[in-house]
Amino acid sequence: MIHEQVLKCLRKKFPGSIVETEEMPADFIPIYQKNWAEIAAFLRDDPDLRFDSLQCITGVDLGEEGMDVRYNFHSMTHLHKIEIRISVDSENPKIPSIEQIWRVGDWFEREVYDMYGIIFDGHRDLRRILLPDDWEGWPLRKDYETQETFHGIVVPKVKEEWE
Amino acid sequence: MGIVHGDEMVLNIGPQHPSTHGVLRLKVLTDGEIVSKITPYIGYLHRCFEKHCENLTYEQVIPFTDRCDYISSMNNNFGYVVTVEELMDIHVSKKVEYIRVIMAELNRIASHLLALGTFGMDVGAFTPFLYMFRDRESILDLFEMTCGARLLYNYMWIGGLSHDLPVGFVEKTYEFLDYFEPKIKENDDLLMYNKIFIERTADVGVLPPEVAVSYGVTGPNLRGSGVQWDLRKDEQYSIYDRFDFEIPVGTGQMGTVGDCWDRYWVRTQEMKESIGIVRQALKQLPTEGDVQELVPKKIRPPKGSIYKRTESPRGDLGFYIISDGKPIPVRVKLRSPAFTALSALSAIAEGWMISDVIAILGSLDIVLGEIDR
Repeated sequence: MIHEQVLKCLRKKFPGSIVETEEMPADFIPIYQKNWAEIAAFLRDDPDLRFDSLQCITGVDLGEEGMDVRYNFHSMTHLHKIEIRISVDSENPKIPSIEQIWRVGDWFEREVYDMYGIIFDGHRDLRRILLPDDWEGWPLRKDYETQETFHGIVVPKVKEEWE
Repeated sequence: MGIVHGDEMVLNIGPQHPSTHGVLRLKVLTDGEIVSKITPYIGYLHRCFEKHCENLTYEQVIPFTDRCDYISSMNNNFGYVVTVEELMDIHVSKKVEYIRVIMAELNRIASHLLALGTFGMDVGAFTPFLYMFRDRESILDLFEMTCGARLLYNYMWIGGLSHDLPVGFVEKTYEFLDYFEPKIKENDDLLMYNKIFIERTADVGVLPPEVAVSYGVTGPNLRGSGVQWDLRKDEQYSIYDRFDFEIPVGTGQMGTVGDCWDRYWVRTQEMKESIGIVRQALKQLPTEGDVQELVPKKIRPPKGSIYKRTESPRGDLGFYIISDGKPIPVRVKLRSPAFTALSALSAIAEGWMISDVIAILGSLDIVLGEIDR
């Protein structure tokens, strides 16, 4: 129900923002990243939607289909929830930041950046969070290759028999 | 840190420091005793949980969830298996559900005891810590009796449990609850209503509810700010609808709503509620039935994704799992409640004194293993 309501609101307020397919998915809303910051502010402030709590930001690397950033929202006022998915180009991964709309987005976005190298446009402090600042590569990408050495320490390779 | 003015000094707290509850480094800009800026640096305990999950089958992930939050492993197991079961549409037997709830609530008490004890130690009260650890030990004995492990249980399996309850568990648990219930009051008198403790925590580090929600702070920290929110009631999972329990919220008894004292108080009340839940569960516990009846031979959830949250002792513990129908998950993401609580630290603690920052950090009850994963 809330799913349809959000779809309707977004179609009316931000025409062309939803990735329209013949069979619309039932459990999430795919949107284009163009107006994402404004849409996010609308989702939070609209009195009927009021998604005041950003639950989780998950980065996903789908291989050839590119990368996804998935947002799980929840409203503590109306007790409803929704998932929003935004595709990101693997070559030039960029997406507007929502860190100033939900403050928890700050660390969540840094974590996605740390693991996938997705740049969050407008984030005020986009640094690595879990890995060292001078780590090379984006570990959760499918094409990630472990570096040979780190500060002179040889990084052990995964043994074959573990597979 | 930017410009440091003449009277200011940059101070490093941690990474190795008894008050950081693990390996956490805080870069603190101070002007005399007053803290004007805090930058937490995390990742010292990063063990690549999510990367490991790319190469593990669904059941092999369970021991890794133990190690994320090693203070409340049962609750982490619980959150993970409930998520996978919902994805696979498995409905476990009533007996399994009851045992899971008993274990999760006992672990909640153990986790809160550790949280309260170390919080007391942070503000200089060493003795209550020893009493609380003594009582926590009894709970760990119950777990050891059940599954052989004291900290990292790997007890809950997808579709069942690793062991049935041992002979004498129910009696021993009743015995413990009878022993422990009056001890809560003893501990409260020793620490919570101690004048020095109240001076150190009341009105200190007030977290307003709207800031807490914006920072994604959940669990006892959010309830300390007066927001009545508990997933066991509000987003009901497992069999929590069968139990009668209250959700305590901070009322600002000693100072302002959402101060460190309220966060402490909420945890003490939650222990009482957990005791009530365990008692009710033990009473209703079915005796017949095989706990591994529904454990699937092959765990291959259908294609799809799921995000599910459960109430761990620290707050909303979320798992985002993507399956492509193979025995190995595409993605397992853990949304850690301590991670979001720590991200709010600079919003709460800036403007307070260094000693207050330690008290605020203690009141947030963070576990670095879960933050760094």
